[in-house]
Amino acid sequence: MQSIRFTRSPLLSQRLPAWRQRLLLWLFLSAFAALLVRSAYLQGFHNVFLGEKGRARYERVIDISATRGRITDRHGDVLAVSTPVKSLWAIPEDVSLTPAQSRDFAKLIDIDLREMNHKLASERDFVYIKRQIPPDLAEQVAAHKYDGIHLQDEYRRYYPSGDVTAHMLGFTGTGDAGQEGIELAFNSQLAGRSGSRRVIKDRRGSIVEDVESIRPPVEGKDIALALDGKIQYLAYRYLQQAITENHAKAGGIVVVDTLTGEILALANLPTYNPNNRQHLVGAQLRNRAVTDTFEPGSTMKPFTIALALQEGKVRPETTIQTAPGKMTIGTATISDAHVHGLLSVAQVIQKSSNIGTAKIAAQMSAPDMWAMFDSLGFGSPTKLGFPGEVGGRLRPAKTWKPIEQATMSYGHGISVTLMQMARAYQVFARDGDIVPLSLLRLDVPPATGVSVFSPKTAHEVRAMLELAVQSGGTAPQAQISGYRVAGKTGTAHKVEGGVYANKYVSSFVGFAPASAPRLIVAVMIDEPTGGKHFGGDVAAPVFASVMAGALRSLGVAPDAPLAPLQIANAEVVKEGI
Amino acid sequence: MARINIFLLLIVVLCALGAVNSNHRARKLFTELEAEQKRLRDLDVEWGQLQLEQSTWSGHARIEKIAREKLGMRTPLPGQVMLVESSNDAPSKATALPKAD
Repeated sequence: MQSIRFTRSPLLSQRLPAWRQRLLLWLFLSAFAALLVRSAYLQGFHNVFLGEKGRARYERVIDISATRGRITDRHGDVLAVSTPVKSLWAIPEDVSLTPAQSRDFAKLIDIDLREMNHKLASERDFVYIKRQIPPDLAEQVAAHKYDGIHLQDEYRRYYPSGDVTAHMLGFTGTGDAGQEGIELAFNSQLAGRSGSRRVIKDRRGSIVEDVESIRPPVEGKDIALALDGKIQYLAYRYLQQAITENHAKAGGIVVVDTLTGEILALANLPTYNPNNRQHLVGAQLRNRAVTDTFEPGSTMKPFTIALALQEGKVRPETTIQTAPGKMTIGTATISDAHVHGLLSVAQVIQKSSNIGTAKIAAQMSAPDMWAMFDSLGFGSPTKLGFPGEVGGRLRPAKTWKPIEQATMSYGHGISVTLMQMARAYQVFARDGDIVPLSLLRLDVPPATGVSVFSPKTAHEVRAMLELAVQSGGTAPQAQISGYRVAGKTGTAHKVEGGVYANKYVSSFVGFAPASAPRLIVAVMIDEPTGGKHFGGDVAAPVFASVMAGALRSLGVAPDAPLAPLQIANAEVVKEGI
Repeated sequence: MARINIFLLLIVVLCALGAVNSNHRARKLFTELEAEQKRLRDLDVEWGQLQLEQSTWSGHARIEKIAREKLGMRTPLPGQVMLVESSNDAPSKATALPKAD
């Protein structure tokens, strides 16, 4: 076969039809045009979908968690703190554990194997296997990479002081939201708000660029309470001791700094452990010092006497005839526990005579007395922000009958909370004025309060209250070695179903050192059934122990010689109930 | 003309490389910043846990129990206390005092 070189190919001399060339050209051109149109469409008009897909390859939205603020006492010791924990959850359908794996897994996270299998056999799409496990345990679980078992970040709040500060602090529920006490009252400040931001992640998953902040996180603010951890512990401990000794149903104690109005301690019993709230009952939850009212009894008398002194109706040395120990007003008869005979006004307080107080009260008008009670804060809530705070009962003056004015003068027919009582006693501990109580630590003490009595009246009543804790008074057991103490006992029958029952509420409100008062301690013991029920026997010892410890821990200079007390031989007067 | 163009091209290429380099460095630094911020959060969490632990160990109930039972300490009787006059005035606010415990 003859070879044909390409340049000599006979095909080359053959002319091709001209339309083939043009057809090809147009085909290519229109293909390009179609591509151009398509790309213009994708780039310029229909770019949302693909843009989204593209960003999804490298951009991530990540949550920035915010922690709930810490609660500390006045010295900065932590009382409540949130710390991250993990919760284990599962999609039961996806879980495929061999029996051996199940056994190991249940053992690792320390739950009952049967309980776990029961959970995993459920029909639901989502079950918690175990909530709030420590982070190191969570890491061990994560290392096993079980199918269908996932971890979720959560926060758990811890209360290191447990039941001692339970009522003060309250607790948080699921989702770290405050449910009781300070946690609820200051929830808006404590709660943080988690934020989120958009970032670019590289192949290895580390963040290389911040694109935008979608919502900045707000960290919860820390709160410093006025509470003094040591005084709180003393208050709790001695209250608990008194309640056990006297077989009482409940009790409460409040310690207030007279210089600033700060609440240094607040404890109630029965209480609960906020770290483990499985078997809570309502009685344990009650923050009695602010939510429960009681008829105060004799602790009310000093206010009546102060008003009489202020209005010039009596002088401390004015004498009142209290014999024969009974007095009839209208159809009702009031009485004293002992017949005292002729008493000075100071002795009326010292011996806690109902008749004496009622006789002094009879010299005053109902509206004046009402105005005095009102300005002391009785009848209106303490406005501390605690849930369930109540104001007690103070009826309007125009509905008062003479017998009611008489009983109210010694603390019956009027109901108050322990917190109100502590607040009102500021008038004697301070120079006749009241400053608002504060749960939070104050860096600047309030300058002056609302004046209720003149300083002169306050000093006169203070001297009478000092007599009440000395030999011949109602509460020698309230004495403290090294300090002059002033205070008043209260013992009242409880009202049940509208009538006075044979149950008592014993209380003591006092302050020390009497020469320059620093602390007010108010104690209330509900239904003591251990044989003693007088405030001087039941509540006063709690007052003395707490006050002594608190003054020592604050480093308050003693204003009396440090001598052993002679309480055992002291003459005690039973107060009228 | 051509020389100037080549020169400008060179400059453009250099600038482009510079931009790439600085972007890379920015990303590396940013990663470090992220790591430090994570460390900050972790340390904050750890601090919270340590505070918790400290509060638990220094609980007043625990201290009292150890002082009374293990160390045999007790509250001094009134006769055993001696008062020392302070040269400067006693602080009047609780916050000004050293920590009680």
